[in-house]
Amino acid sequence: MDILLRILSTFAEKKQKVRLIVAISLLFAAVSTRMVGPYLTKILIDDVIGNRMYHLVFYILSAIIVLSAIRGTLVFTRNYLFEYISQTFIFNMRDDLYSHLHKLPFKFYDEHRIGEIMSRMTGDVEGVRNFLAGGAMSFMENVLFFTGSIAMLFYLDARLALAVLTVSPLLGFIAFKFDKVIRPIFSDIREQNAVLNTRTQENIAGIRVVKSFTKENHEKDLFDKENIKQLEKHITATYTWSYFFPLMDFISSLTPAILLVTGGALVVNGQMSLGTLVASTGYIWMITGPMRMLGFHINMLEQAITSTEKLFYYLDLGPSIKEKENALFPADFAGHLKFENVNLKYGDKEVLNNISFDLPPGKKLAIMGATGSGKTSIVNLIGRFYDCTTGKVTIDGLDVKDYKLKMLRKQLGYVAQETFLFSDTITENISFGNPDTAMDDVITASSIAQAHKFITQMPAGYETIVGERGIGLSGGEKQRIAIARALLKKPQILILDDATSSVDMETEFLIQTSLANVMKRKTTIVIAHRISSVKDADEIIVIDKGMICERGTHESLIERQGLYFRMYEDQYKDFDDYDIRKAEWQYA
Amino acid sequence: MLRNRLTDDEAIERPFSSNQFFRLLNYLKPFRNEMLIALLFMITSSVASLSGPYLIMLFIDDYIAKDNFAGSWWVLLFYIGASILSAVCLRYRVRIMDVAGRKAIAKLRQDLFDHIQGLSFSYFDSKPAGKIMVRVINDVNSLNDLFTNGIVNVLIDVMTLFLISFLMFSLHVQLSFAAMAAVPLIMLVIFLTKKYIRLRWQIVRRKISNMNAYLHESFAGVRTTQAFVRENENRQIFKEINSDVKNSWMRAIKVNNVFWPSLDFASSIGVVLVYFYGIRFMQAEMLTLGTLMAILWYLGRFWEPLNNISNFYNSILVAMASTERIFEILDTAPDIKDSPAASLMPPIKGFVDFKNVSFSYDEHTKVLQNVNFAVKSGEIIALVGPTGAGKTTIVNLISRFYETSDGYVAIDGINIKDVTMSSLRGQMGIMMQDAFIFSGTVMDNIRYGNSDATDEEVIEAAKAVNAHEFIINMEKGYFTEVNERGSRLSTGQKQLISFARTLLKNPRILILDEATSSIDTHTEALIQKALEILLKDRTSFVIAHRLSTIRKADRIMVIEKGQITQIGNHDELIRTQGIYQDLCKAQYRFLKAV
Repeated sequence: MDILLRILSTFAEKKQKVRLIVAISLLFAAVSTRMVGPYLTKILIDDVIGNRMYHLVFYILSAIIVLSAIRGTLVFTRNYLFEYISQTFIFNMRDDLYSHLHKLPFKFYDEHRIGEIMSRMTGDVEGVRNFLAGGAMSFMENVLFFTGSIAMLFYLDARLALAVLTVSPLLGFIAFKFDKVIRPIFSDIREQNAVLNTRTQENIAGIRVVKSFTKENHEKDLFDKENIKQLEKHITATYTWSYFFPLMDFISSLTPAILLVTGGALVVNGQMSLGTLVASTGYIWMITGPMRMLGFHINMLEQAITSTEKLFYYLDLGPSIKEKENALFPADFAGHLKFENVNLKYGDKEVLNNISFDLPPGKKLAIMGATGSGKTSIVNLIGRFYDCTTGKVTIDGLDVKDYKLKMLRKQLGYVAQETFLFSDTITENISFGNPDTAMDDVITASSIAQAHKFITQMPAGYETIVGERGIGLSGGEKQRIAIARALLKKPQILILDDATSSVDMETEFLIQTSLANVMKRKTTIVIAHRISSVKDADEIIVIDKGMICERGTHESLIERQGLYFRMYEDQYKDFDDYDIRKAEWQYA
Repeated sequence: MLRNRLTDDEAIERPFSSNQFFRLLNYLKPFRNEMLIALLFMITSSVASLSGPYLIMLFIDDYIAKDNFAGSWWVLLFYIGASILSAVCLRYRVRIMDVAGRKAIAKLRQDLFDHIQGLSFSYFDSKPAGKIMVRVINDVNSLNDLFTNGIVNVLIDVMTLFLISFLMFSLHVQLSFAAMAAVPLIMLVIFLTKKYIRLRWQIVRRKISNMNAYLHESFAGVRTTQAFVRENENRQIFKEINSDVKNSWMRAIKVNNVFWPSLDFASSIGVVLVYFYGIRFMQAEMLTLGTLMAILWYLGRFWEPLNNISNFYNSILVAMASTERIFEILDTAPDIKDSPAASLMPPIKGFVDFKNVSFSYDEHTKVLQNVNFAVKSGEIIALVGPTGAGKTTIVNLISRFYETSDGYVAIDGINIKDVTMSSLRGQMGIMMQDAFIFSGTVMDNIRYGNSDATDEEVIEAAKAVNAHEFIINMEKGYFTEVNERGSRLSTGQKQLISFARTLLKNPRILILDEATSSIDTHTEALIQKALEILLKDRTSFVIAHRLSTIRKADRIMVIEKGQITQIGNHDELIRTQGIYQDLCKAQYRFLKAV
């Protein structure tokens, strides 16, 4: 019920409130016009036919037509309004979800798969819409029909009304039971939908792996399992409501019998007119209808509640990374980056332990270390994609938590390990950070990233569409576009997280040379495996299991003969046996 | 991310095609008998429930109007009996039809999924994952209603219509004509709005599928969006797409909702006419009150099936749009198929020959031109060359992920087109540029290479590629759930896991396509040591940029613009003018200078 209240609370907005009130009034009016019908029947039977007052016929029949025309207009407007209300609600819900999900930290996306998020944004939102536009209105309408008709029965003859009401408690009890049983089943189905969604998405994303391991049959079996599970859950739901529905149907169909027996006895005993009995049967359809629909409405309501709960769950996940209220809006950012005793934990697991370094503007820091040692985690703290557990990350002397999040991230040029390109032209992808960029700047950035040449060689050049819906690029090409994209921001701090791992050596060398020029006055952090990428850094830190185990310049680390030296040896020995170290090469 | 680029070819609806429809019905065929029984149940229950007004008529005319209340007991008993019968039939009808429909849906979904597994790389190159997913999930789901209820319901509705008309006319012919006088009006409304209703809903569906595509990409790229502070722009775009959906919906609703009020109006006209003439007939004693009421009650029940049938046409059109898209996939034959005479690939020794191989993805761009080489069993071959030169294409041809346009590839002297793909690929280990990790435990992910492997063998493989250490350091070691619910792996760690996976497969031919680019040099060196032992006497192809990886190869092939320009071992090539020497120089200079 809290959920329903919460949905209602969104109607606090004035326009929606007004719409809702008008819509409900129209609903009320439309139902009222229906209440008149059977009463007119009574007049027709008792007065016109029984008492031969034929002059009334014209008025009564005109009234039926006029009422119907009025009702038609009311119903049309009402339905339109309810649709409008639900569409507005859904529009806001989607909008909120969209921008809210964009605020959630990386951690959320570590834990939730896209298949699941999509299933929420489509299936569950549709569930809520369906309820608001159809279910809720129809439920209210039915409640009005029921209470209105009972009231009319009381007006016609209280004994009839009381007789009819006798089955209500039984029906109420069954409905209550049904509600309790069906809720977890719907929740199960929604969950399984998300699972099936994820399963499919993963299979298609990894189809190349599937095929190279000839695991098609294995994948079919896995899918089959989830598919069958979903089938079974649906069947459980079917069995549940195929048990309750006919029962409720039967109980409601008893009401006409009760009414006729009671009414018949009264008519025969001369205590009631035949017209009243016939009129009351007109109301009885308006009573059994809602009773029959009760199960259907509970069904719908429960589905909507399940879906809404899942949606609110997302909305309630506060961004664990919050801006301070008086967050700063730095006009100029020098880019003096400092880590002070930084620790980071994911759950119980220590990822970073006591990381400290000082990186003034214009300097270059290189981070090396084994796979999974925590290198990426360090740079993720700078843009607050995660927050450190203890310690402090400062820029220009201020804690990164004191800055406005967006301003902070705007100053960072970040090239991630895995490149994501959007389905759009290369130009749009490169100017992603700054929509109003001049083409010259795009070309400059892509030239520095050594991407200009291969881009211009493509059939549509900069207008080539890439990404999921575009042409496939090799890993190295994607990385170069990603570098250009980061450079175009003209960032004060540039972070290259293994950004050239798929680029061939020669190109990497060219990128590095041109970058060195651009980044002269700016701060650079490079994560790399190749000594060649890090040796010119002002400071090199070597990370092992989340701790800095060595630090210094290239020369001092070589002298130390530790981990760094070993890596150096590994990479240099390629040239050991050959005379290629000789002078001619150095000037080649 | 422009909107229009997300719209291509989604939700195109064609006119109703009976072929497609019957093909779809085939999925219900196995449930013929069940459906027949369900239909019988349904007929029984609707006849039972339609008997209600008739019984009430008898009750009023024969007993109440004649003050014979006591004699009416059998009518009531009959009524209750009919109600029970109707409820019981409803129960089994729902069970049978729902279960049959759901099963048919599950089968269709499975068929679709299975078919997708058989499609070639070229299909996945051209179709974004999001779109394929929509077909397997959403399009199949949209057939739910049709399968579980729609088809049987519409049969029942048609039958109910006839039954009601029959009952009415058998009660009183003239009055029944009067009652249905307004039916042509309804036909007119249906006729006038039909086209608009269809078109406008079609637009709605297109807008929704646009929105879903945009959502999918938004969440896939959310990290980039956050890093580039593009949230507001994206939100603006989404707002537009979102209002498109809302507005198109409201436009559709406007025409859609004309129907009910006009039905109500037509019904009122009928009621008025029935009263008007009914009273006259009653005056003439040609009609009883009970019959009049019964006709009115039947008239009241006449409109709902009519409404359902008119809605059915719409839902059929919607379902057909989905059906079309589903069959489009099912009808896509894989580009690469086993030839009918394909035999099993005998245990591979590892001789690989390219004979005049050319390849192009389309007519315009030749990717490979007349490539010839012969590799001996057990050789390690490194492929070197600039991005886009065709290195990946060469290795993809060996495992027959693509088909040569000209020439052929032979392994141990057997043209690979003459053997089954599964027996061929089953003996190869292929590691691609991006390591893909499935949801599940680390153990599951490595075991993906060989389902029969014991835990010990999995651990052995992990140790061989130096992945063991980081794995046992995770919360639950080999049983840590990855790629879902919180466990993060670095790119390098993913590569190590997929390395172990490949190794566990114990392949005869190994292909490494930039498989170690994100692994640190130290680990890579260790992997290479392991490989040296494990790949003894096995042929392998390595694409890499790092000299340390390349130089260990027995032979190095330099690929440029789709052709092999140099071939030889490190010692030979480094002394020869050409691309390879340039590469080495660059790397050396890179290492030395800066």
